[in-house]
Amino acid sequence: MVSITTDPIDMNAAYRYVSTDSAGAITFFFGTVRDSTNERAVERLEYEAYDRMALTKMQEIAAEACRRWDVRKYTIIHRKGNLAIGDIAVLIAVATPHRADAFDACRYLIDTLKQQVPIWKKEIFEDGQVWVDAHP
Amino acid sequence: MSNRISVQLFGITREIVGSSALTLDLPQPGQVGELLNNLKEHYPALNGLRSLLVAVNGEYAEADQPIHPNDEIALIPPVSGG
Repeated sequence: MVSITTDPIDMNAAYRYVSTDSAGAITFFFGTVRDSTNERAVERLEYEAYDRMALTKMQEIAAEACRRWDVRKYTIIHRKGNLAIGDIAVLIAVATPHRADAFDACRYLIDTLKQQVPIWKKEIFEDGQVWVDAHP
Repeated sequence: MSNRISVQLFGITREIVGSSALTLDLPQPGQVGELLNNLKEHYPALNGLRSLLVAVNGEYAEADQPIHPNDEIALIPPVSGG
């Protein structure tokens, strides 16, 4: 299951969703809002998504993970809108029979999401704001 | 005969253009590369981005891909999810 939401991400619901009797391992990755970038204090983040395409791309990378590893259940949830320090921006959970696949698939999903999925974040500082990675 | 298309804008491209969508006329038959050149000419700040891609109907498109009147077009500046 993949989703984009403006609501806080419910990790317990995600855990219940990926729990399955055939899994001996479940990995979680939480991407959270850090309080600084290059020693500059961040006040909050704003996330924006091209929802239709982002959901399609998330589904595609999840399908690829399922081809590469023995994934029994997964979920990818990305938040958008205004996020405060410490908020969960993205949650990825993967359930597999054995732990190596769970770690590898989870790592692949977050790394590929960051490269391909059309979602953008803006860092809001006390004295300005920057779209992350927009400029060389 | 021109090809009137609508382009969705996100992130820094939305701020550069000052709108979440714009409409423009491309000489027919339009291609993705022509659209990008046209936009970079009108909005020079787009040239300063690390990358700028175009999505056609929700898929990343190459420069020589044709654009049809009812296609869903979006500009994709460098992504930064996660």
